Amino acid sequence: MNENKVAVFRKEHFNAAHRLFNPAWDDRRNADVFGKCSNPHYHGHNYELIVRVVGVPDPDTGYVMDMKVLSKIITEEVLDRFDHKNLNLDTTYFRDLNPTAENIAVVIYTLLRARIENKFDLKVKLYETERNFVEYPA
Amino acid sequence: MVYLTRLEHFNAAHKLFNPAWSREKNEDVFGKCANDNWHGHNYELYVTVKGEPNPDTGFLFDVKRLSAIIKEHVTEQLDHKNLNLDVEFMKDKMCSTENLAIAIWQQLLPHIPPEITLHAVKLYETPRIYVEYFGL
Repeated sequence: MNENKVAVFRKEHFNAAHRLFNPAWDDRRNADVFGKCSNPHYHGHNYELIVRVVGVPDPDTGYVMDMKVLSKIITEEVLDRFDHKNLNLDTTYFRDLNPTAENIAVVIYTLLRARIENKFDLKVKLYETERNFVEYPA
Repeated sequence: MVYLTRLEHFNAAHKLFNPAWSREKNEDVFGKCANDNWHGHNYELYVTVKGEPNPDTGFLFDVKRLSAIIKEHVTEQLDHKNLNLDVEFMKDKMCSTENLAIAIWQQLLPHIPPEITLHAVKLYETPRIYVEYFGL
């Protein structure tokens, strides 16, 4: 019953510091590739996160998913871990993974996927700045 | 009198932390903004100048020159930096949006040409939080 599927979206935000850095490369190569994003003292962003859940509205409630529940899951899985944090230093996910918007989106998707029933399609869109944003899965 | 505004932006890390206070007091006052390892923002900076349009050009001021002044004296020193550690003009100051707006005003003022007047610095830390400074 594909025709009855509806996409619902929840928007959240978090503010975090990060640095793009590949430890396998020397400082010069990091600076060449990542430019000012590699500043050793970090920089930061207001990240905007849009989570898209697709499913058939429940006949009893009319909801695809209760948005309060979705918001709570995002808060617990993402905001509590990332908001007002240093993504490189204060989280476990980017010890060996460069915290690009791409990789952050994949990590967020994986965290949320584990909490959202498989009958729902899930997609995340992450804005690093107003003009730079990524989407996963593509 | 006409007011002309130029919007620039920069991304930076910072933390709110008063070294004269204990960790507990810092956390009480600044909450998660006191996180040891920093956090960060996409700052949006609105610089407003005022004056009379030049009769020959119709311009109050060449906005490309205004942009160049803001870039040279403000955003190039702030963009992709740690405001607490990397920025000379924020040294020994608390890195609040209020203090940053005042410091930006002070950075700009000596470079504003005599034919115009600096009117306002409006600084957004997030889309929902901003401060304004008028030099008073």
